[in-house]
Parts: sequence; structure tokens; C-alpha cells
Amino acid sequence: MAEVTLTNITKRFGDFTAVDDVSMDIEDGKFTVLVGPSGCGKTTTLRMVAGLEEITEGEIKIGERVVNRVPPKDRDIAMVFQNYALYPHMDVYNNMAFGLKLRKTPKAEIKSRVHEAAELLGIEDKLKSKPRELSGGQRQRVAVGRAIVRNPKVFLFDEPLSNLDAKLRVQMRTELEQLHHKLRTTTVYVTHDQVEAMTLGDRIAVMKDGVVQQYAPPQETYDHPTNQFVAGFIGSPAMNFLAATVSRRDGTVVLAGTGFELALPAHRSRDALPERVILGVRPEDLDGPSPDGDDAITLTVSVTEQLGHSLLVYGDVDEAQVVASLDPHRKVEIDSTIHLRVNLDTLHVFDPETMETLV
Amino acid sequence: MEAETKRRKLFARLFHSLRRTAVGRLVARVCRLVWHWLRSIRWRSWAFVAPALVLIGFFLVYPTVVTVARSFFGRGVQLFGPKVHFVGLDNWQFVFTNEIMLTALRNNALWAVLFTTGTVGFGLILAVLLDRVRYEKVVKSIVFIPAAISFVGASIVWKFIYAYRPANLEQIGALNAVVVALGGEPVGWLLQRPWLNNILLIVVGIWMWTGFCMVIFSAAYKNIPKQLLEAARIDGANEWRVFRRIILPLLAPTASVVATTMVVQVLKVFDIVYVMTNGNFSTEVIANRMYKEAFLYGNYGRASAIAVVLLILIVPFMILNIRRFAAQERGR
Amino acid sequence: MMNAKKLIAKTPLHVAIFVFAAIWAIPTLGLLITSFRDPASIAGSGWWTIFPRLLSGGQYSLENYVGVIYSEGLGRSFLNSLIISVPATAISTFIASFAAFGFAWMGFTGRRTLFMVVVGLMVIPLQMTFIPILPIYNKLGLHGTFPGIWLAHTAYGLPLTTYLVHNFMAGIPKDLFDSAAIDGASPLRTFWNIVMPISIPALASVFIFQFLWIWNDLLVSLVYLTAQKSVAPLMLSIANLVTNRGQDWELLTAAAFVSMALPLVVFFSLQRYFVRGILAGSVKG
Repeated sequence: MAEVTLTNITKRFGDFTAVDDVSMDIEDGKFTVLVGPSGCGKTTTLRMVAGLEEITEGEIKIGERVVNRVPPKDRDIAMVFQNYALYPHMDVYNNMAFGLKLRKTPKAEIKSRVHEAAELLGIEDKLKSKPRELSGGQRQRVAVGRAIVRNPKVFLFDEPLSNLDAKLRVQMRTELEQLHHKLRTTTVYVTHDQVEAMTLGDRIAVMKDGVVQQYAPPQETYDHPTNQFVAGFIGSPAMNFLAATVSRRDGTVVLAGTGFELALPAHRSRDALPERVILGVRPEDLDGPSPDGDDAITLTVSVTEQLGHSLLVYGDVDEAQVVASLDPHRKVEIDSTIHLRVNLDTLHVFDPETMETLV
Repeated sequence: MEAETKRRKLFARLFHSLRRTAVGRLVARVCRLVWHWLRSIRWRSWAFVAPALVLIGFFLVYPTVVTVARSFFGRGVQLFGPKVHFVGLDNWQFVFTNEIMLTALRNNALWAVLFTTGTVGFGLILAVLLDRVRYEKVVKSIVFIPAAISFVGASIVWKFIYAYRPANLEQIGALNAVVVALGGEPVGWLLQRPWLNNILLIVVGIWMWTGFCMVIFSAAYKNIPKQLLEAARIDGANEWRVFRRIILPLLAPTASVVATTMVVQVLKVFDIVYVMTNGNFSTEVIANRMYKEAFLYGNYGRASAIAVVLLILIVPFMILNIRRFAAQERGR
Repeated sequence: MMNAKKLIAKTPLHVAIFVFAAIWAIPTLGLLITSFRDPASIAGSGWWTIFPRLLSGGQYSLENYVGVIYSEGLGRSFLNSLIISVPATAISTFIASFAAFGFAWMGFTGRRTLFMVVVGLMVIPLQMTFIPILPIYNKLGLHGTFPGIWLAHTAYGLPLTTYLVHNFMAGIPKDLFDSAAIDGASPLRTFWNIVMPISIPALASVFIFQFLWIWNDLLVSLVYLTAQKSVAPLMLSIANLVTNRGQDWELLTAAAFVSMALPLVVFFSLQRYFVRGILAGSVKG
């Protein structure tokens, strides 16, 4: 068990900066998720922690030890890859035992560790099979098993569930959660799927263009995103963004745009606001009828999608498409004009230039 | 004990004061540089490729360079001994003016054109035709078998077919048997200079290597999505059109690779000519000539020049290969 | 009805293919038949004349083969060919594997350029190499010895073999190497315990390809070995046979078949690997 500390980590490939001045403290035993769109630098960061990429600038510590120059095999880490990276010519047992054999672990101990891990993952009966005889989910379990038997200080996961079909993904996700609960090993997990990030992470780091946008517990990134990117990335369906102008009335801030005029409650009104802002409202925060149009957004319905647990209503406001997640029993007609009440306590206001959250 | 500690302290003091001098610092820096340089050479990487590089260096690179130089020197067994004089362009003059050499050059050109056209052409046609029948695999094997046979074996096979018996005797060579059956006179095929016997030798080569080209073309052809061809057929194109306008262009890159491979092979043709005619009856080729000059007549200078001619002929294709290869690697 | 129509429409196709197949098969067939006939019959009638009496046993014999193997010493030559081909191919494939791995997965300055040079050397005519090497061989006493020709064949085959093996090794997924690095495998371990086992199919193809090439070779044997029966490989002996006994078809045909026997067996039993070997080098993707 150990903490992982990244200090001012930068990675450059020639002129291109893949990771830009990233600093993070990952506490011992915590599950940290690096999440973001492809190319945001999350995998590169992970590989630097693993020792598979050289660090251009900055320092990485595992425990108390600076590991910048330490080769991967001496960092006491284990990694699970997106494509499993199982050795095709070895059976499952040997795949899992390989690392231990190289470390001259006594045979008896290898045996017990492999069997223990296999039991934990439900693959004891597959120990003599070769990878090509296994299904995707089983291969992934072997990959995880290979990491477990090493008893490392840190687990590193590189998009391990991306190659599985949706149903299997959900199942493996819960299994990983249970595993973490049992083993309590410090884990760094990379994914592009924000659902995985939200469900698995103790803290998530949302990355974009090599920069960590926000590093916080999942709920916080949902409730209090630090900028528009995080706000739009976390949460599904994504937050709606509308252009709005700011004016003041009776000391409160009023945001106005096509189809809406909203007065912010007093405790949320700020003084220093630019004239033009971006208003952010989550689909689930648009609900309830508002017959008089107060505190509401007006839109013309273009599409509805019945999901069973909610009704997604799509409408156009200006050129932007707005999505609302309503009670599934609501009756909404296409091409009708509806007013949806906005939850004024949870809406966000962003600076259109800097993208930062203002309110 | 005390003396020991005293000595150590003195030494340490000396050492530290030395370090502070400019010389000391310089030495330290140099040492550090050398150390880092040594560490940065990836010894292990070089260890992996070293055996291959050594062998290639000795057997391919070094001799090539030396042979080029040697072509400017005279005959003689030794490489660069006292008996071997510089003769300038004498050998080269021989290469380009001697009658037999000119015949050889002409023949190699003939080989290059006919052999390449034959193997590539037949290979392509067979690949396309065979794809349409169910017994494809069987015929493919039949056509490919000669590729597994040695040149020596093939030469015997065809020498037998070209065999000649005077008209009053039964023919035992298949070709003459056909000719006689059709009412003609038997012919000593391999004696028919200057064109026919060369062509008959080239036939042997084509017989051997068409299978090789066919296999490659077949793989490339099967890579063409069937829907492409079906769409064309539905659009109204007849088979010939489909072949000309779709199949051929798509196979052109493969054909280019195969053709260069074939040309490079055929410029070096030796075995067939050596076994069947040994270059007589104006069937001589460059490789055979080089062998004779070196090992029969002992004229190493001339032989080197002839070898260099071969190299010169092949260099354009080497460059083509490398360029193509580099483009591939870049795309990786 | 439809099928008959199809059959008729396809007749030209079948005829054309049949002609091709015939041209390709007949020469070898003629050779095979002749090798079982006695000298008198061969001189007296063409081999195609046996067809009416195909199954009457009396006209066949193994005399020619016996003669060629024992009196003409081709049995010894066959062994020599084995002694030459197997070690040379094994060493060549082995060294090429190391080099291919180094070029594919280990970084060092000039790696790419060096590799392209090695591959480019594939086309160098062997004639360029004989004259400078022979004096050195003579001095070292390697001329006319098996080790001498092993080295020569190995070196000559390295560019192509390295290229083919490299083709395969470069395609191994990178994360396998990452995993090995994390597991703690040194480059040598990774090479020996992971890459080589995975490469076995490719190595098999390369091995067979190279083996047949060396088995069928004439030129290198001519240059590096004397025609002494004790070391002469099959091709060399047979070539001499053609020069000396050019009209003795009973011997030549049997000899030809002795030389073809092994390649044909290898070809038929391992066709897959052989073809894959060719394709690996030539068709991209």
C-alpha cells in the first residue's frame, strides 16, 4: 500500500505536449480515475506512473520513493491493459505466474497465490486453458489476476473494460468495485467513460489536453464543476449550455436568453459578472410544468425518447439543442411548445471566454 | 589504527583540495561524460544485432567494396599482391566490347523482358482464372510444384523434353515428338541460335517461377472485396472490362513488387544456363560468364568487372526496393 | 438446367485451365515415368508410349535409382546436402531472429537506417562476394569444408530472413512488451520466453523457405566446395552428372528425382507454411 504523488508532471513528444504540469496526490488505498476524451493525456500519465514512458519534467513518488528513474519492474506496481496483453502461448496459470517466476518466488508460494487470485476471480477451472480459448470477460479476469498475484503497492488500469460489450462491462465494473473493496490497494484507473469514472472512483481527475481540469470526488464534479468542460463531460445526458445576457434587477442577477428569463436567487447572485455568459442546466434539473413561464425555459419539442425510467425531450432553443429528462409518465407532444421549470439552485453560469464556473 | 586514520584523513584532505582545482574539476567532468556516453550506448540492443551485422559485413559489404576496386586490377590469384597490377579500364573495356560479353548482355536483357513478362503475366492470369473453379487448390499445387524443384532438376526435366534424335530414330523428347507427329523434322532445340534456344531456356525459368507469382497474385486478388466486382457486373461491365478496369488497377501495386522481385532474380540467372548449355551456342549470361572468368580462366580482374556489371544492373532496383520499404515503414 | 448452362458457359475457362495444368504437369510426369524405365526402352521409345500398357508391371524397375544412389554416389551427396542445409538454415534463422528482434523492438541510434541497409543488401548478386572472400577462406582453411559453407549460406540468407522475421515480430502488440516489462522481464527474457514462442509459425515458414533455397542451391556450392564426393551436395553432383553423362537419361531422370524428393515431400506436407513465408515477404496487408 502506498500513496502516489505526482508533482508538476509534464510529458513532451518533440513539440507536442501530451501532459502539461499535472500534480495530484493519490492517497493510500484510494481508487483514483483519470477520465477524459481521447488524447487528453490520461493514458500517458498512467504510463509515466508505470514507468513505461519517460518523464520530461516533474517527479513521481510511490510511497516515499521518487521513482522517476526506477524501471517498471522495480516500482512494485501491476498493470491491466485494454487488450489484456496475455501471453498467447502460455496457459492461464503461467500467465499469472510469469512475473512471480521472474522474481524467483518459491514454487509453493506461486501456486498458492495464483490459486487464491483465480478463486477470487472465479477462474480456477480455467488455469490450464490458453488465452485464445477464453471469452473476453475471462481474459480480462486473467489480466486482473496477473496483477493481483503480484501484491503490488499500486494497481494501474488502462481502459480495461473498453473491449467488452455493454452488459459485460457493467458486470465487470461491479466486480472491480468489490475487488477494490476487498483488497484496498491504491488504484489508478484510466477510462474515457464518465459512468465508469463516477461509479468506480473515490476521486476522479477530469483531463483535457494534458491538463487536469478538476480533481475531486465524483459528486463534487457533478455538483460543482470547476469549468464548462467538466460540467459538460460529467453527467449523462450532458448538461445543456445556453447563451445568456446578464442584467440586474432589484439587486439580483437576471439571466436572459431565447426562450427564458431567469432571476437568480439572492444567495447565488454575484457582483462581478460579464455581460454575456453561458448558462448551464442539467437535463434532470429541467422539470415540472410552469404554466406561467416563470423560472422556466420555453422550447418547441422536436423529439422524445422514452427510456422507461425517464422521458427524454429534445427541443431547439436558438441553434442549440436542449435535452430535458422528465418523469416518464408525462405526456409531451412533438412540435408542441412547453415550459420547463429550471432548478435555480443547481444551474451553473460559465464565463464564455475562460469557461470557468462563475456561479 | 591511529596511523591508518591519520593517513586516511591526509588523503581525504589532499583529495578534496585537488578536487577544488581547475584540473580536478575538468577531470571529473570528463569522467562523468564518458560514463554517461558509455551508459547511453545500448549495449544490449547492439548485442542482438551484432552477429547478423558481423556476418553481413564480412560476407556482403566488405567483398562488394573490394570487388569494385578489384575490377580495376589485373588477373592473378591474389587479391592485391605484387603480381596484380593496376590496369585501369582494361577489364571494363573487355566487358563492354568482347563479343561473348555482348552476347551475354543481350541475353540477360532478353531474359529480363521475357521471363518477367511471362511469370508475372501467367501468374496473374492463373490467379484470376483459378479463383473461379472449385479445383483451384489442385491446379495451384501443380503449377507451384516446379518452384520447389531446384534449377538443376528443372533443367534436366526440360533438357529431356528438348531432346533430339536424328529423324530416322524414334523421338524421346516430347517437343520433337509433337513436331514429328505434326509431320515435321526433329530439331536440335538447344542449338538453335540466336533466339530460339534462349527462348527455350527462358521457358524453363517461366515454368519454375510462375507458381511463385501466382501465389502472391492469388492472395492479393482474394483481398479485393467481391462486392466491388459484383457491383461492376451489375453495372453492365463484361468480364474483360471488369478485368481491365478494376482488377488490373487494384493489382498494379502487387504486380510492381512482384515484377521487381522477378527482374532482380533473373538478372542473376545462372543455374539453368550452366546446366543446360553452359553458355554455349550463344546462350551465355553474365553470371555464368563471371563464373567462368574467375574459376576456369583465373582472370579475377575481369571477373570482378563482370560482377560489378551485375551490381550496376541491379542497383536501380535496390534503390526502388529501399524507397518502397522506407515508405512502408513510415506508414507504420 | 441452370447448372448445365453454367457448365457450358464456363467451358472455355476449364479448357484454358486444363491446358495450363497440362503444360505444367507433363514435363515432370515424363521425367518420373522415364526414371523407372531401363536404358534400352528410354532410347527406343518416348515415355508417352507406355500409356496403353500403363499397368503392365514388367517395364518398371528401380534399377536407375539404385545405380544413381550407389554407383554414382548420390546417396552420399544426399547426405551432404542434409549436412549442409539443416545446420545452415538453423543458424541463419537463429541469428536472424535475434537481429529481427533487435531491429523491431530495441531502440538504438541508426536503427532504422541500418535495417534498411540490411534489407537493401538482399539484392546484391553473390558474384560480388566470391573473389575477395576466397583467399581469406583459403588462408583459414575453410574452403571445401562444411563449416565454411555454413557460414556462407547463413550470411547470404540473412538479409531476406531477417526481413521476413522482422515483418512478423514488428506486428506483435506493444502492450505485450509493456506487460513483460512490468512483470520484470529483461530484453533477453522477453525475447526468449515470449517473442520466440509466439513467433514459431513465422519461424517455421522462414525455416522451410530458407531450407529449400539452400537445398536447391548450386552456385554457392560450386564456389565454396570442391567437387569432392565427400562433401559435394546433391545439386553439385547432379550438375556434374549432366556434364559427364549427358545422354544417359536413365541416370539423369532418376538423379533429378532424387534431388526433388525431399523438396516435394516438404512442400506437400508443409505447404501452408511455405506459402505463408512467401506471402509474408511480398504482399503487404
